[in-house]
Amino acid sequence: MGSLEIVRIVDLVREASHTLTYRFPATFGGEAGQFVMVWIPGHDELPMALSYLGDVKGITVQAMGDATRAFASFKVGDRIGVRGPYGHAFRVRGTSCLFVGGGTGAASLIAAIEAYAAAGKEVTTVLAAKTKSELIFEKRAADSGRVEVSTDDGSKGFKGFATPLAEKLLDEGDFDQIVTCGPEKMMFGIVQSAMRRGIEVQASLERYMKCAVGICDACAFDDDLLCVQGPILEGARLAASRDFGHWRRDRSGVRVPL
Amino acid sequence: MARLEVVVAGVTLRNPTLLASGFLGETGASLVRVWKAGAGGVVTKSISREPRLGYPNPTVFEADGSLLNAVGLPNPGIGAYEAECRSAVASGAPVVASVFGSTPDDYAAVAAAMEGYGAHAIEMNLSCPHVEGTGAEIAESEEAVRVYVQAVKAKTRLPVFAKLSPNVAAIAKYAAAAEDGGADGVTAINTVKAMAIAPELKMPVLAHGTGGLSGPAVKSVGVRCVYEIHAAVDVPILGVGGIATGRDALEYLMAGASAVQIGTAVMFRGLDVFAKVAAEIGSFLDAEGYGSVKEVVGVAHG
Repeated sequence: MGSLEIVRIVDLVREASHTLTYRFPATFGGEAGQFVMVWIPGHDELPMALSYLGDVKGITVQAMGDATRAFASFKVGDRIGVRGPYGHAFRVRGTSCLFVGGGTGAASLIAAIEAYAAAGKEVTTVLAAKTKSELIFEKRAADSGRVEVSTDDGSKGFKGFATPLAEKLLDEGDFDQIVTCGPEKMMFGIVQSAMRRGIEVQASLERYMKCAVGICDACAFDDDLLCVQGPILEGARLAASRDFGHWRRDRSGVRVPL
Repeated sequence: MARLEVVVAGVTLRNPTLLASGFLGETGASLVRVWKAGAGGVVTKSISREPRLGYPNPTVFEADGSLLNAVGLPNPGIGAYEAECRSAVASGAPVVASVFGSTPDDYAAVAAAMEGYGAHAIEMNLSCPHVEGTGAEIAESEEAVRVYVQAVKAKTRLPVFAKLSPNVAAIAKYAAAAEDGGADGVTAINTVKAMAIAPELKMPVLAHGTGGLSGPAVKSVGVRCVYEIHAAVDVPILGVGGIATGRDALEYLMAGASAVQIGTAVMFRGLDVFAKVAAEIGSFLDAEGYGSVKEVVGVAHG
């Protein structure tokens, strides 16, 4: 288990209307797709993907709940607790990959996108958001390869969800793999599409977490624990899942519809 | 090869290691995983009549292999737990159902339901150190321990274990009260009430402030408690607290435990910890010329 580190926020970047990136130094390592538990003192501790790796790591957070809204008022110099990294990293194979990021899901993908491009491989990224002002990491993705945007309201790029846009790209191009992170209903569609086409796919999932080290059972997903076996799962595993796209467990452990 | 199978209060365990309550066990799937990994039996997460959300995070803090937690007894409630319990029972695992509540009647109702779901024994969580109304208030009163145990015994034919708190001056008195109330065994110890503070933030790490300490740091406390209880009662004892190796387990067995429970060690030895501890106990018994686990129970009393 990664020990808790109390760190200072050294940089704050507004990525979108309600989304901030917090940069902080931490002594532990971390690979693209892994997550950390972030303690927002006085409010909550939440699992968050690393949107920047290296000595000065980053997390990218949309203010949507009580704790993340409180977090939005934090300033450079303020302190938070972090522990990790936890879970598996993405294993991006082949020479041409389609990345599909919905909402803040792009935060989990962006380091993998950059690493894939840095290895000389071909990156195509779908970035999806409700509206133009909520798009994140468009520039970082564009620096790594081709970017296609979709917005639910059509304020930028393709009007509609990410899945039909991804379908269009899959019809036109030749990809070795699809890697996705975003709302689970979106990922469900992407995984179905990939399986139908016989393309390898990985998705990064999210569940309520407490310990993050495989002992508390809070993040039960099918018969596994997402903190240990995930957060990234392969297509075949997801295609056989009872829970994927349908069920989660609430804080008490009751199985409820997603 | 020394015999690892033990029978505790009528429950047969293929080896003397059980999953401790509070670790995994919120789902049937995780209990089955622990059983398949080699545990002699499993104890469920503590279950109440109604669902409980537990406390906000941070709920766990780890330092040097020991664990401080205040998860606040989250559980789906006895109704939703039926499917989980039944799937664990169907795997063939001996299932000890951990129950709690705010009144003797709560405990009894949950225990009776668990019997209906096929559980093999009941463990009454009388001693959670961080949930008001279901922890210290019971564990620190001999009369309450007796009354709560009597209430459960009246509603189930299953063997009943009372899980006791180490956060008292003389734990053996409470074991005697449980025995007096009709308990078929006692489990010792629950976590040790504790706190961690983040100096830079000038505040406790856990959202709840205080929590329960488990893991290697509490092993010697647990061994002492089991030793004192063994001297005071005749019912069997399930020893728990900081057990990660066969040698740790042997300390508990020799202090007087008939079997042991393992929780925190899953964090650093993985689910294999049950099979490993059982094998390590077996190796020791063989090397020292014992024929069974039973032969070492309580031998430290001379």
